[in-house]
Amino acid sequence: MKSNSIAIVGAAETTELGTIPDMSQIQLHADAALNAVADASLSMKDIDGIATAGESPVNLAHYLGITPTWVDGTGVGGCSFMLHVRHAAAAINEGLCTTVLITHGESGRSGIGRGGYRGSPSSLSGQFEGAYGGMGPTTSFTIPFLRYMKDTGTTLEQLAMVAVVQREWAARNPRAKLQQLTSVEEVMSDRVIAYPFTKSECCLVTDGGGALILTSAERAKDFPTQPVYIVGTGESVETPMISQMADFSSSRAFKVSGKKAFEEAGIQHKDVDHLMIYDAFAHLPFYGLEDLGFCRPGEAGAFIEARNTAPDGGVLPVNTNGGGLSYMHSGMYGMYALQESVRQLRGTAAAQVEGAKLSVCHGVGGMFAASGTIIMANEAI
Amino acid sequence: MADKSKLPAPIPTPETQHFWDGAKLGELRLQRCDDCTHVYFPPRPFCPECASKAVKVFAASGHATLYSYVINNRPHPAFDGPYAIAVVTLVEGPRMMTNIINCEQTPEQLQLDMALSVVFEDLSDDIALPYFEPLEASS
Repeated sequence: MKSNSIAIVGAAETTELGTIPDMSQIQLHADAALNAVADASLSMKDIDGIATAGESPVNLAHYLGITPTWVDGTGVGGCSFMLHVRHAAAAINEGLCTTVLITHGESGRSGIGRGGYRGSPSSLSGQFEGAYGGMGPTTSFTIPFLRYMKDTGTTLEQLAMVAVVQREWAARNPRAKLQQLTSVEEVMSDRVIAYPFTKSECCLVTDGGGALILTSAERAKDFPTQPVYIVGTGESVETPMISQMADFSSSRAFKVSGKKAFEEAGIQHKDVDHLMIYDAFAHLPFYGLEDLGFCRPGEAGAFIEARNTAPDGGVLPVNTNGGGLSYMHSGMYGMYALQESVRQLRGTAAAQVEGAKLSVCHGVGGMFAASGTIIMANEAI
Repeated sequence: MADKSKLPAPIPTPETQHFWDGAKLGELRLQRCDDCTHVYFPPRPFCPECASKAVKVFAASGHATLYSYVINNRPHPAFDGPYAIAVVTLVEGPRMMTNIINCEQTPEQLQLDMALSVVFEDLSDDIALPYFEPLEASS
């Protein structure tokens, strides 16, 4: 990092130390955080970057009411916080955020509310969502969509069209799991998984992996591959509980992440040649298109129905590998979306978008819990 | 429901105990900030809007409207047939996940924005879960 460029301006421990049976682990984080914010004479709303270990940064941000533009959950043991300091310094220097909160809290003796990650019966999601018969993403990620439909007038036919168009892309991709063309009628009459979603509107479950290597743009010129430059980045988190998502028709994490990435890149939507939107379920492209600003609220359904994202002349090719619905989905699909953006910008994609120079790659984490946006180009801009 | 013992029972923490104590008494408890008047859920001992620690627990009306849902068609040992997993908007503002009971689990019967009322049912000796039913069913 750049020496002397960053300083610590707030520091505090929990009010008590020792045996604290009246606080859960997340509240120990919060107690220390509230004290540190007071020490710095800041308000919690001034915090735009968060880092923590032993607790999900999504849980922490939601619990404290923070909307971050930089998140670090690096968890490598007891020295994680030293790494957080270093990462935070780089992030602030790079302008990813201005004011970082790093927290630790551990109910090591009393064991109250430990294992605060999603799923533990003492986590907030465990307590307030866990006993209503949810069976993972199919019954959680999908809940907002009926509200979106009512708010926007979007139809089930338009939802089915997402799967239809992505299958058209997959049909051109020999590595795609599902390559046979389908129709709106077929998608809608497929087995219902979680109404209103049918099987064809839920992602695949497959095995695979991916990796990326990054270096400086200067060094990149000496490599045998066509460099793919990172021109804009964004990130945010909202809530670990789908029931606490502020607006079921729009993702706050998508909006914050997308806006940050577009501002960094200094580009306009009309400049974009290629778009990837992580599609764990068929409704995700609606949220992505609208929250990133490619469509106005409620207009994504008609946009896709009019074949704007489809092969053979669509003005904005989306999910050109076939997406999570037809290409592959191992669980954390974001890596495959990045791989497809790189292929498109290298000119090596199976369903190549002719002359693609600028690609936006947008990912979701959890059930609208987190978001990351990377904008890439094959020429430095 | 077929067998509630198949559902993972919530484990209260010190910050949420008041909610579960209230549920056992048939009371839906929320918190309100003395400084900014924000009403919030899930529980925590400070306001997520303004970070004030001056917050109070109060009993909500138990009235809500249906915000959104899915109907799970995959079999679950605690449910007989397809069932809705819903999110409701309490009249006080916060939203919560729940099941809609005393109502056919169909898109025709589960209309968004329909009026609902809270009902508590025991999950275990210590935990009663808040469910919601159509308002007309409760009157």
